[in-house]
Order: sequence, then C-alpha cells, then structure tokens
Amino acid sequence: MKVLVTAKRVVDYNVSIRVLGDNSGVDLNNVKMSVNPFDEIGIEEAVRLKEAGKAEEVVVVSVGSSACQEQIRTCLALGADRGILVETDEDMQPLAIAKALKAIVDKEEPGLIIAGKQAIDSDNSQTGQMLAALAGLSQATFASVLEIGDGTADVTREVDGGLEVISVKLPAVITTDLRLNEPRYASLPNIMKAKKKPIDIFTPEDLGVDVTPRVKTLKVTPPDERQAGIIVETVEELVDKLKNEAKVIS
Amino acid sequence: MSILVVAEHDNESIKAPTLVTVDAAQAIGGDVEVLVAGSGCASAAEAAAKVEGVSKVLVADDEIYGHQLAENLADLVVSLGSNYSHIMSPTTTSGKNFLPRVAALLDVAQISDISGVVSEDTFERPIYAGNAIATVQSLDAIKVISVRGTAFDGVAAEGGSATVENIDSAGDSGLSTWVKEDIVKLERPELTAADIIISGGRGMQSGDNFKMLESVADKLGAAIGASRAAVDAGFVPNDMQVGQTGKIVAPDLYIAVGISGAIQHLAGMKDSKVIVAINKDEDAPIFQVADYGLVADLFKAVPEFDELLD
Repeated sequence: MKVLVTAKRVVDYNVSIRVLGDNSGVDLNNVKMSVNPFDEIGIEEAVRLKEAGKAEEVVVVSVGSSACQEQIRTCLALGADRGILVETDEDMQPLAIAKALKAIVDKEEPGLIIAGKQAIDSDNSQTGQMLAALAGLSQATFASVLEIGDGTADVTREVDGGLEVISVKLPAVITTDLRLNEPRYASLPNIMKAKKKPIDIFTPEDLGVDVTPRVKTLKVTPPDERQAGIIVETVEELVDKLKNEAKVIS
Repeated sequence: MSILVVAEHDNESIKAPTLVTVDAAQAIGGDVEVLVAGSGCASAAEAAAKVEGVSKVLVADDEIYGHQLAENLADLVVSLGSNYSHIMSPTTTSGKNFLPRVAALLDVAQISDISGVVSEDTFERPIYAGNAIATVQSLDAIKVISVRGTAFDGVAAEGGSATVENIDSAGDSGLSTWVKEDIVKLERPELTAADIIISGGRGMQSGDNFKMLESVADKLGAAIGASRAAVDAGFVPNDMQVGQTGKIVAPDLYIAVGISGAIQHLAGMKDSKVIVAINKDEDAPIFQVADYGLVADLFKAVPEFDELLD
C-alpha cells in the first residue's frame, strides 16, 4: 500500500505572530516556518505503517510556494520516500488545496491518505474532509488510533465527550489528532539522506486545477487585549475577591 | 434569503451549540430552517420546532443518520443545499467533520468558526490561535459556515412554533460504518456549557492529582478542563483539553491551576469573563491574562481553596 501524507508550511507554533500595521495580514518576514504539527503526526503514522510492513511507500505532498520544499525535505528526513510539490504563489485556500490534492490522488492512487486535522495558521480544519468529498472517499477525522485491516481501517476518533470507533473503506482520508503518536526527531544521517530523495514539482495548471480564491480577506486585526489584573497574596483574599468583587461564586 | 442550520442533537434533545448557531443565523437575517438528521429523532425534532425564531424543521429519520457519519450526512445536506443562501453548523467535532464535505460537494468555500457577522457575506473569524481576527468575505453563492460556540449567546430553547416536515433519506454511501463509542458519562456540566471551569496543567504532575480539582468542581458546580500539556503527559483524556486544538470555552469563571499559559491554551479560554491563575512561577504568561493571580504551590493552595468553599 502506498500512503500519501500532506504537509503544510506554517509559522512555527512557538512564534508569537504580529498583525501588520496596515491590517493586511500577519508579519511573516524572518519568521521561523515549520511543518504543521498535525501533519508531522501524519508523517510519523505513515512511517510507522511502513516500518510495520503495512505500507510500501510514503509520499509527502505540499501545496504552496517553492519554499515548501524545505518542509518536504523535513518530512523526507523523518522517513517519507519521496515528495511532491504543487507549486503556486496564489493564496491557497482549503477548497483549492483539496482540488490540487485530489489531482495528486488521481495520479498516485494511494491506498491511504493522511492529513493533519487542522493547520495552526488558518485554523480551518477543512482540507482533509474536502479532499475525501472530492475524491469520493470515506473519511475519519481527528484520529487517535488507526488500525489497518483488509480493505478497511478501524479508526478511533476524538469526539466531543469521548471517543468513537468507525470502520472506513480504503482508500480513505484520515486526519490526525494529537494522541495518534508522538513524532520522532530526524537524525543527522537521515537529514543527509533526505537531500537525495526526489521531489516532483507540478503547477495547478499542469494538474488542470482552478485555484481562484473564493474568500477575500478584507482585513486582519489584533484581538482585544486582555488586561492583567491583580496578584492576590493569600487564598483567603482570592476567595474573598471572587465572592465579593467579581461575584462569580457564592 | 433562507438559511439552513444543521442541528447538533442526540436524537432526544437539541444541544446548546445549535441554539448558538441559530443565533448567528438570525444575525445574518432571513428565514431560519433547522435540519434534524438522526435515527428515532422525533423528540429532537419536536425540541427544534420550539426553538425561538425557527420557521421550519426538516426531519430525516433513518438509521443511517444515527451516528452522524460524515459521508451520509453531507450527502443529505447537499441534496437540500441549492434551496439555501447559507448552510450553517456549530464548530463541534460533528460540525467540523461533515460540513467541509458539504462545501466541497457544492464547490464552495467554507468559512470556519465565525466569531462575528458583519453582513450576509462578510464574517469575522479567529486565526493563528486567536492571535489575529480576520474579516473575510465569501464570494460564493452559497455560504457554508461553522459557528464558534462562545461567540454568540444562543437563542431561547422555548418559545418558537416551527412547522415540522419529514424529508427523504439521501441513502447510505456505504463508505463507512459506526462501530462503537466510549462517551464519558459526565456527572458535571459539559466544558462548553459550564459557567465555571477549573483546569489543570502540567503542574498537576499526575492524573491522580486531578482529584483535588474534582472536589473543588463539585462544590462550585464546575466542569474540569486541562491544558494540552496535561493531556500530552497522559494525566487526563483529550476531550478535557481546552485550547486551540481542543475546546473553546468562555465561562463566567475560569480557574487555571498549574497552567503556564502557552498561547495555544490562551486561545481556548481568554474570552472567559473572570480568569484566576494559580501557579508557583510568577513569570508564567497565564498571569498576564488573569484577573486574579495567586503565586503559590498549587498542592497547598488548592486544598485550602477547597476548604474555604465549605
């Protein structure tokens, strides 16, 4: 089985972002970029399937500017076999990304597709589900356990209130939640090896995909700042303030 | 203009996020209809008909909708889609699951997790874990929108008198089947519905130590939450997680215990009315958003707090 894994280039989760003064977006100059953490969990899961003999090949795909090759290399160092970049400088929104990924799925015919449950920049949580819909495939979002069977997979999903297990027909699109696995760090020899692994590059035009944005961002503003309050000295004082000042407990 | 709200329900009753979504729909304006797709869901449909401001309830009662499988639910909503200017659901795990499928099949964008309505096609939504608010305009004929549970008050569950209409099932896709669930039976309020939340972080040191919070929660009628660090450390299950990748909450009182206050956690709770932080590290970022901070060893402070509530 071939596993296709998505990887989005995003601002590193440790970076405190700053909204630009002209409210056109956030400042991405000289900001550390990384693989979306949920996609990293996806790569780890695919590599583990390969190590367990359940997958033969792990292909990582990214959609975006040519700089995304950096994140593809990271994934190759983590154990993916080869990379695909759908290269464009267009503002790529989930529907357009899903269409580009669908074209790659048609080309590669993977037995399983793994995507992150959301990207930590736009926080949309759409792409995996949209890809599944466009490709006519089953989906299992927010996965915390993945068990590959014969033509199906049992997936434990993190849902409001607890866990749910569903069985999906393969090929399926799985989106990862936090507890699916703990991703490894790339070793130096693997980082060196990754430099020799191939990356194929396509444009949306090559794939016949319309990536025109459907949503216009009118402005981006900072959220209302919350002011720090006071430091209380004792637990008694805290309880007193909550009862008599804030009046939130009785 | 006609808006379809896909209800979140358990076949018996309508869940609170549905009321929030109807509220957001009314902010957009126009006729609001509610779809109840379930199995043996007549009671939920009756409840939906009583929701304030709903003009019509559509009911698809079929066992294939019993567990809200994304493929079947999306097919049903898509079959109705062209009748509406807006299709909306709450940003719950169920809404997040099926709604993007609906948007893709209708070949329109989805606007996720809106926190404000500017006009019928323009909305506000948080990005970068709530560290920026984007105002976005949909260019599509049908707007597919999910609604942040804490961003609108929610309409009244009673007072409406909508007509109820049964509709046909859209059939089973055969792509997925439900196997089982392990839903925690809560003796306390749900996180997203609680007026008071007490949450523990990595500072709790173990899952056992969350018992301290349980005692306080029981006295306050509070829900118990956790930071991602506490979930990652295996102290507590993921459904207790508050934050960017967990639940978004905005209770009247949020008590953060042993939580440092990473931006990802703040993203999930900084709209709370009153925030209390108990942490022994006086430099912890949580103090920058707390109304009341207590620099103390939580293992001393929490039992003391607990006692003072008696």
